[in-house]
Amino acid sequence: MSESVYIIGAGIHPFGRTEERSGREQGVYAVREALKDAGLEWADMECAYGGSAAAGNADIMVNELGLTSLPFTNVANGCATGGSALVAAQQAIASGMYDLALAVGFDKHPRGAFNAKPADFGLPEWYGQTGMMLTTQFFALKIQRYMQLHAISRETLGRVAEKAFRNGAITPHAWRRSEIDLDTIMNAPMINDPLTKFMFCAPAEGGVALILASEKKVRELGAKGVKIAHIAVRTRPPDSFEVFQAGVSIKEGGKPTVLASKAAFEGAGMGPDDIEVAQLQDTESGAEIMHMAENGFCADGEQEEWLAKGWSERSGKLPINTDGGCLACGEPIGASGLRQVYENVEQLRGRAGERQVPGRGGTGPKTGYSHVYGAPGLSAVAILER
Amino acid sequence: MGLKIDPDLWSDDPEPHLMGARLPSGEIVFPMPQGDAARDVEPYKLARKGRLWSWTTQGFLPKTPYEGPGSGPDEGPPDFVPFLLGYVELPGEVIVESRIVDARLEDLHLDMPLEFCIVAFNATHDTFAFRPVRANQSGEQAA
Repeated sequence: MSESVYIIGAGIHPFGRTEERSGREQGVYAVREALKDAGLEWADMECAYGGSAAAGNADIMVNELGLTSLPFTNVANGCATGGSALVAAQQAIASGMYDLALAVGFDKHPRGAFNAKPADFGLPEWYGQTGMMLTTQFFALKIQRYMQLHAISRETLGRVAEKAFRNGAITPHAWRRSEIDLDTIMNAPMINDPLTKFMFCAPAEGGVALILASEKKVRELGAKGVKIAHIAVRTRPPDSFEVFQAGVSIKEGGKPTVLASKAAFEGAGMGPDDIEVAQLQDTESGAEIMHMAENGFCADGEQEEWLAKGWSERSGKLPINTDGGCLACGEPIGASGLRQVYENVEQLRGRAGERQVPGRGGTGPKTGYSHVYGAPGLSAVAILER
Repeated sequence: MGLKIDPDLWSDDPEPHLMGARLPSGEIVFPMPQGDAARDVEPYKLARKGRLWSWTTQGFLPKTPYEGPGSGPDEGPPDFVPFLLGYVELPGEVIVESRIVDARLEDLHLDMPLEFCIVAFNATHDTFAFRPVRANQSGEQAA
């Protein structure tokens, strides 16, 4: 792990619903966009890592992209599929074995909440049979307790969603492209109290591809890119409280997000105050609120003031989820974590158009932070810099 | 009384207990580990009384493998009955996820005293739940 690694190409297939394209075709589209962005051909790629949760194997993409005989590794890591593909591609280059690598994630889910099989998560059948195996319940249960302990209001939950749709409205790759006012969000049908319909993201479709290069290759190509300052992936520590847990320890344990965040900051030689734009997992409004604190950007309870004062808006001191996050983009599992990195690349390169944030110096942000969280309690954080 | 949704989920005592396990480390866990993981654990009858740790509502029909009202072949969302659920802290033992019955959403609050009970789940099966400790039972609870 000595070589610096850069992202020199970023491509996305718009998120949402695309009836005429399979999940994998959306991935292929994203790869072609990323290649175009980097000014490279598919034949230039030396290795590839990718996957989806529900739209098939990634390595079959060579049928469309070209039979160049490159090693293509399928990644199947649930919500961390995209993040794990990125880590694998980064390691391939950092190790010195390759100079160009592809990370790709895509997905296509049926409508409605995810349905998980108890056995896949080491749980007894009754847990699913009796209607307790729903990710939405976990997020509601976690934020409900958090709100009681740290005096977070329901209105603050609403403000997170309002901001997401405001940002999504001006983001070409977002699914939800219209603003939704606070009253409508607050008065929408309750899904799992305290979270209404508009406070949850929905399973969706989309694809994202990133092209990574060694420093040597960046120089050779004269490529423009952003540097990966550090990536950290962590699974849950003892006594933590995660999605799909029929029993929780009475001891208050650690959190995978806190661990991944600390490791990423340490590896990057930065702290939360150094970050100029952040994409945080917002499976629902409460998740963004809790993840603001778990990632070290504020203390528990301070989110009330942050949202009231607009500090996480595009014009605020730390813009969060500038493309509308999962709330406005939907969550195609395999692509979602890479979308966050894509958005940071666009923001750092000053290519984010109407949603471009100014950064502290007014010339665009110099650092970007992304955080993904998912079942069964894992978290990936990537810090980019230019 | 219907069949138990899982034969080992609670004890068959006149006053049944939810079944957890004691690990070799002494830690109490729920649910009972399965397969090889169950080898070195002792079955443990969990406390019948606890306090509300968090709660939510289930307002829409869950997908498979849900087997409650609304899940049948000729049923759908209109047949679904919304329910309350939460985590109940059993003091010194473990925090368990459970249905909450005999309560309204607006009644629920952190640390609310709750007790274990068995409730009908669907046409054939019973499941477990927790319900508010009733005022006229407070003497019994203290005893």
